[in-house]
Parts: sequence; C-alpha cells; structure tokens
Amino acid sequence: MTLLGQTIITGILIGGIYAVIAIGMTLIMGVMKIINLVHGALMMVAMYICLVLFKSFGVHPYLGMIPAMVILFAIGYLLQKYFIERVSGVETILPESQVLLTLAMALAITEIVRLIFSSDYQSAYTPFSAKCFYLGDMSISAPYLLSFGLAMVLVAGLHLFLTKTDLGRSIRATSQDRDAAIYMGVDAKRITNFTFGLGTALAAAGGALLLPVFYLFPDVWHPYLAKCFIITILGGMGSTVGALSGGLVLGIAETFGATYWSPGYRDVVGFVIFIFVLLFLPGGLKRIIGR
Amino acid sequence: MAFLDINHVVRRFGGLVAVDNITVGIEQGEIFGLIGPNGSGKTTLFNCINNYYPPNSGEIIFKGIPITHKPTHDVCRLGIGRTFQVVKPLRRMTVLENVMTGAFLRTSNVTKATDKALEALDFCELIHRKDMLAKDLPIADKKRMEIARSLAGDPELILLDETAAGLNPREIERAMELVKKIRDKGITCFVVEHVMKFIMGISDRMMCINFGREIARGSPKEIASHPEVIKAYLGEEYAKGKQY
Amino acid sequence: MAKKNRFVPLILGGILVVAIPPFLGGYFQHVLILIMMWIIMATAWNLLGGYCGQVSFGHAVFFGLGAYGGGLLRLHWGLSPWWGMIVGPLLAVVIGIPIGLVTFRLRGAYFALAMLALGEAFRIVFTNWVPVTAGAVGIITSRTWGAEKLPYYYITLAIAALSIYVVYRLVHSKFGYYFVAIREDQDAAEGLGIPTTRYKLYALIPSAFFTGLAGAVYMNYFAYIEPHTVFNLSAVSIMMILAVMLGGAGTLWGPAFGAAIYTILSEALRAAIGPISYLVFPIIACLIIMFLPDGIIGDWEKIKRAFSRQKPVYVGGE
Repeated sequence: MTLLGQTIITGILIGGIYAVIAIGMTLIMGVMKIINLVHGALMMVAMYICLVLFKSFGVHPYLGMIPAMVILFAIGYLLQKYFIERVSGVETILPESQVLLTLAMALAITEIVRLIFSSDYQSAYTPFSAKCFYLGDMSISAPYLLSFGLAMVLVAGLHLFLTKTDLGRSIRATSQDRDAAIYMGVDAKRITNFTFGLGTALAAAGGALLLPVFYLFPDVWHPYLAKCFIITILGGMGSTVGALSGGLVLGIAETFGATYWSPGYRDVVGFVIFIFVLLFLPGGLKRIIGR
Repeated sequence: MAFLDINHVVRRFGGLVAVDNITVGIEQGEIFGLIGPNGSGKTTLFNCINNYYPPNSGEIIFKGIPITHKPTHDVCRLGIGRTFQVVKPLRRMTVLENVMTGAFLRTSNVTKATDKALEALDFCELIHRKDMLAKDLPIADKKRMEIARSLAGDPELILLDETAAGLNPREIERAMELVKKIRDKGITCFVVEHVMKFIMGISDRMMCINFGREIARGSPKEIASHPEVIKAYLGEEYAKGKQY
Repeated sequence: MAKKNRFVPLILGGILVVAIPPFLGGYFQHVLILIMMWIIMATAWNLLGGYCGQVSFGHAVFFGLGAYGGGLLRLHWGLSPWWGMIVGPLLAVVIGIPIGLVTFRLRGAYFALAMLALGEAFRIVFTNWVPVTAGAVGIITSRTWGAEKLPYYYITLAIAALSIYVVYRLVHSKFGYYFVAIREDQDAAEGLGIPTTRYKLYALIPSAFFTGLAGAVYMNYFAYIEPHTVFNLSAVSIMMILAVMLGGAGTLWGPAFGAAIYTILSEALRAAIGPISYLVFPIIACLIIMFLPDGIIGDWEKIKRAFSRQKPVYVGGE
C-alpha cells in the first residue's frame, strides 16, 4: 500500500516536470505545425547553463532557471527566425526536411556541448538533493516536490499569459487558424518566432527543474525528447491542458513501470503508450477532455 | 436497381450535417449533374462514394454490389474513377507517368500500361504534353490529365468534381466536349459543378441540393426554372420575383 | 548510340571497384568496406523513404535485428555468424511487417517519429533483456578470415550491387510508379486503385531486408555487436537519412553517392581533426537541408547554376 501511494505520488511529481517541457513543445507544434526535435537538445543546453552557474557562482538551479530561460528564449527565437523558417514551405522530395533540420541542429548542438564539457556525467548535487519528506510510511523526494511546485507555478503563469494577454491570445489564434489570425491583424511570422522562443524557454525551465535530481551529460535529452513527443501526442497537439494531463499520465505510468516491472524498462512504457494512443486514440486526451 | 444507388446517405462532421438523407439513382450511360450552392455537401457526397470517409448511415450500391464500407482503392477497382475539386497531380512525375499510374490498375506490364496511357492521353488531347512534369502544367491541362489518369483505369463510372472551375470560356467548351466524348464511350458520368453553362449543357438529368438536402430534381431546363433552386442561389426575394 | 554511352561509365566503374582494391592497403580496404555497407543501407532506406515517401527515423531497428540474427545464433547455439546473413535479414523482415502494419497508419512526421520511438524501444529492450540478448555486454564472435579484409570487401560489394539492382528493377516496374504515387499524393493514389498500405509494405520488405543484411555483414566483419551501437539513433538511423539526403533522395545513385562521400569525409575528418568531426556532420546536414534539400544529384541543376553565370529560366505555368 505504501509502495502504491509512493509510486503514484512520485509519478505525479515527475509528471509535472515532464509537463512543463512538453507544454513548450506543444505550443510550438500548435503554432508551427511541425515537430520540433531540437527541443530536447535546447533543454540540455539550459541544464549546462545552470550547471555552470552552480559550479562557478554557487547559484542553485532553481534560481539559475531564470537566466537560463532568458538565454534559451533568445537561442530558440534566433534558430527559428534564421534557420527553421528558411525551410518551411520549400518543396522537396523528402517531405520532412523541417523535422530533419531540427534533428540535425539537435545533433550539432549536442556535439558542440560535448566538445566544451566532454561526455562526463556531471551533477548539481546539493545536500538538498537527497532530502526526503515522509508522509506516513511513504518517502517523497524533496527536490521532486519543489520542482513540481515550481512547475505548477510556471504552468499556471503560462495559462494566465495565454488567456489574459493580447500576445497570448494572438498565439492561440495563430495556433487554431493561422490564416484567420492573419486576417485579424496578427503578425503570424513574429508570433511564430516568439512562440518558438517561449516554448524553448519552457524546456529550459523543465531542464533546470530536473537538474538537481539527475545526472547531466550531453546525450541526456534523448529520452526526454521522446517523452515530450509522447505527451504531446497523448495530450493532443497544441493543447496545453492536454500536455499537462498527458505529462501526469506518463509520469505515473512510467513510475509504475519502473517500480513493478523493471527500472530499465521505464522508457519503454512511454513507447507502449505512444503506440496505443496512435492506434486507438488519435487526437489524444484532448478528445476526451474536450478542450 | 440503378447503376449507382445512393440510399439515404447521411454524413455528419461533429454537429454539422453535410449530407442529409440523399437518395438518388444514377443510370448507366447517362450524364448526371449535381449542383448546389457552396457548402451544400456535393464534394462530401463524392467523398462518401469513394469512401475517403464513410457515410454515417445509408448505403451506396454500385452495379448491385454494396460499396459503402469498402476501402477507397477497392471502390476504384470496381470501376469508379474520380477527379478532385482541388486537382491532385502527382507533381514530380511526368504527365505520361501520371496516366500510367492510372493504367496500372488493369495491367502489371509497363509496356501495356504505357500504351493504355498514351491512348488515354490521345483521347483527352493531351498527348503533346506527355513528357512535361505534372507540376508545370497550366490548370486546365492538370484537370485534363486527371481525367486521362482516371480513364486509363477503364472506369465504368467517373465522378467529375468541379471540372470547369477556374477555366476560361474556351476551355469550358473543350471540357464539355470531352465529357460528352467520355459518355459516348459508354462511361457513366456523375458531375458536380458550379459553372452553370457547363453542367446545364451536358447533363441528361440533374439534381440540386442545399444544406445537404435535395431540393429539386429533373431535366436541366426544369432545374433552371425551379423556384427552390433559384431561391437557394439567389435568395427568396428574387425567387418571389420582386424587383431590384 | 546513347544507350551504349549509358553503360560505359557503369562498366568502367565496375572494373575499378573490382580490380583496384587488392592493391590497396588494409586501411583503405576497411574504408571501402564501410562505404559499401553504407551504400547498402542508404539504398535500402531510399526505397522506402525517397521513392515511397515514408520517411523512417528508426531504420536502425532493421540493422540491429540483422546483426543480432547472427549474434543470437552464435550466443545460444554456437553457430557461425555467417548463418546470420540469412537469419538476420529474415528476422528484420518478419518483424518489419507487423511494424509496418501498425505504423503505416500514420502519415508524414508521425510515421517518422513512431519509427524513431521504435528504434529506441528496441535498443532499450535489447540492452535490458539480458538472458536473451546478453544485454549491454554485447556478443563477440571471431572473424572467419582473421585480419584479411578483401573477402569481406567483395561480399559487401556484391550485396551493394545487388541492392542497387533490386531497387532499379522495382523502380522501373509497376511497383515504382505506385511507390512514387503514394509519395506524391496518398489520397490520389487510393483514388486510383492503389492499396497504399500494401504497397508501402512492398517497399518496406526489401528495405528492411537489405538494411538487415548490412547489419549481418557488420556482425561478421566487426565480430562484436552491442545494442547501443547497432540500434543507435544518431549514428545509424539518422546517418542513413543524411547520406541519402546528401546524394539525393528518390534517385537511384544518389544514396550510393551520398554514402561514399559521407564515409570518406567522415574518415578523413576523423583522421585530420579528431573528435570535432562528429560536429561537422550535423552542421553539413543542416547546410544541405537548408540549401540543397534534394541532394547533390537532385539539386544538380541548382549547383550548376550557382557556378555558371547564367540567369535561371523560369518555365511558365502555375
């Protein structure tokens, strides 16, 4: 019973962090209608920025998150404006050139980071990282809890931004119907560039939240990119509520898989969900929730 | 039993009923025209026949065989050809290759397919374009190629979706001649159209729909003077004969 | 006359690749073997991706299965890994068919990513399912001909030639037309009577087979396989795509060309500038995607124009 409760809670906590990263991706996907595979690599860059701030200036990742988000916003914005935009709408034999470009960029960025930092595993380990709360017999990791809390703050903030500000509404409009938005006076190109930056900043935040608990190395983003994508498909493309619920579902499912099946197969759980959703639930949870 | 029987077909998209209980029988060897204002459900009906999506209820029977839930390629194989409202060329293939792709429906041999394709291109007076890339064709020729592509598969019924859209008057005349030639070859034509001159000039029988529902049926002359048709296109005031 | 000219470069090239290698040193023979392996993989991927338009980001699945076919035989029953040359590709096809049936429901980038996820899933399973696959430790076999490279070269050369020939025959048959039709417009293809899922499978089967065969060759030549290498996303799945893009997707010789350039560049760079070479490839890939998306052969006209002083002629039309 304890194990069950612990599994569920841990699943929710990690799921919340996944959700932040995934919301970034789903925002981008909603506005650009393309799959952004450099999302994971950019998250990794943010993690290294936080690491450097931590090791050189003693800034804890939870604070380092802020400059990291700003820097990654800028990087994302520039990448979209000067590189990705170039290949959108160009007719080529291989239809997925945009997706491939983002993947190639991801690989390039990973190698650059590897050259700077080497493949060694690093961590931003503090005494806090090992702290646990006890709820009855269940042990809950303190950094997980704090990360989850911050993640929810971010999600709430994003929700307010998207619903209450002009810019947020423009983003949602462009996401729902680009042409209609243009007719309403929205500068779709500017919005696209901005959204890419914003989505990337969210990935940066997610990375910063993960840093206290996980090891960092240049290839760390591979499974997270996959999780992001699974969550986006699970939650429904472009739906922030979907990404949140999808993140929680994945977090819980994975933790169950790791606890009751085997830790090594944790990432395969996500894959199973992925195939299940693609086959039986096209449109994702969004369809069920109705948002 | 007609050649193509459409029985009480209904197709919904969410809350919108695009095709509302349409029943009609197309006879073999005729040119049947379907008109209706924009958004009245004409192309949706075609898509149901081809099963790009199935009807929510009702059935469609072709040559006595129910085709309602058959996969699209099987419907084609049974003898229904199709052109598209927004023309769909196989862009990076040549015109000849496009039509050969249609011809391969009835043969696996490259030489035979080439011959069939050339025959179809000749029939559609497009043979001079055979080595051009499909994406470089002007719109009228793209539509002609689409027809040739369908004809190469020896259809018995061909669904022509807004063939005359975007054509100038001369091209419209040529298109009308082509459709009549197709009918004279023994192929039944089910035509959806907006351009009145085109469809009135070639149809044997016609039907008008609006909001997915049938509002008139008869010969072109009858349809042209039918009050419900006039109302649907030009509004109630005009139908009642009020002066503007 | 034109027909005769067409075969001359082919025959000349054939003589070169057959006659020259015995005179080259061991290292060059090694590089040639790598080139041939990548030619097989690129040509195989191109059939499904370039001609049929189903871009798979997870072909490492077939490579890995091809390698492990022989590897598992060796591990569990002590059989010679050469049996893997039959078992490997067959395993790739047998598993490939249900994979295709499931993933072909997806279009475009979703298909690409489902295959990517699959590649990663296989890698994880093969790493963790230790009793069956020996896990991350991998499987070691012995090389049949010790340090001799030449026999491996000729085998790989023969398979590469075969793969190109098979693709050639398919492309010039009904299959080829149907594949391209599916790529150009799947809905139009269905409307023309093409059972698209079935034909996608027809493209997948040789694609999986030859990729698996390359994996089996890898197993025999390198005599050591482990999941992280053979099911690798960036080094195998993505590199296959980049090699094809470099040469030109949807062309017959493009993939071979791209594979050769990629391998030579890769080896040359690694010798010259060491680990930085891993950075160079993704950057080259980005440049190609941005400026020469149809590859060197596909965008040949563009390249020629860039070097000449001619103004481009715009054909009338839409």
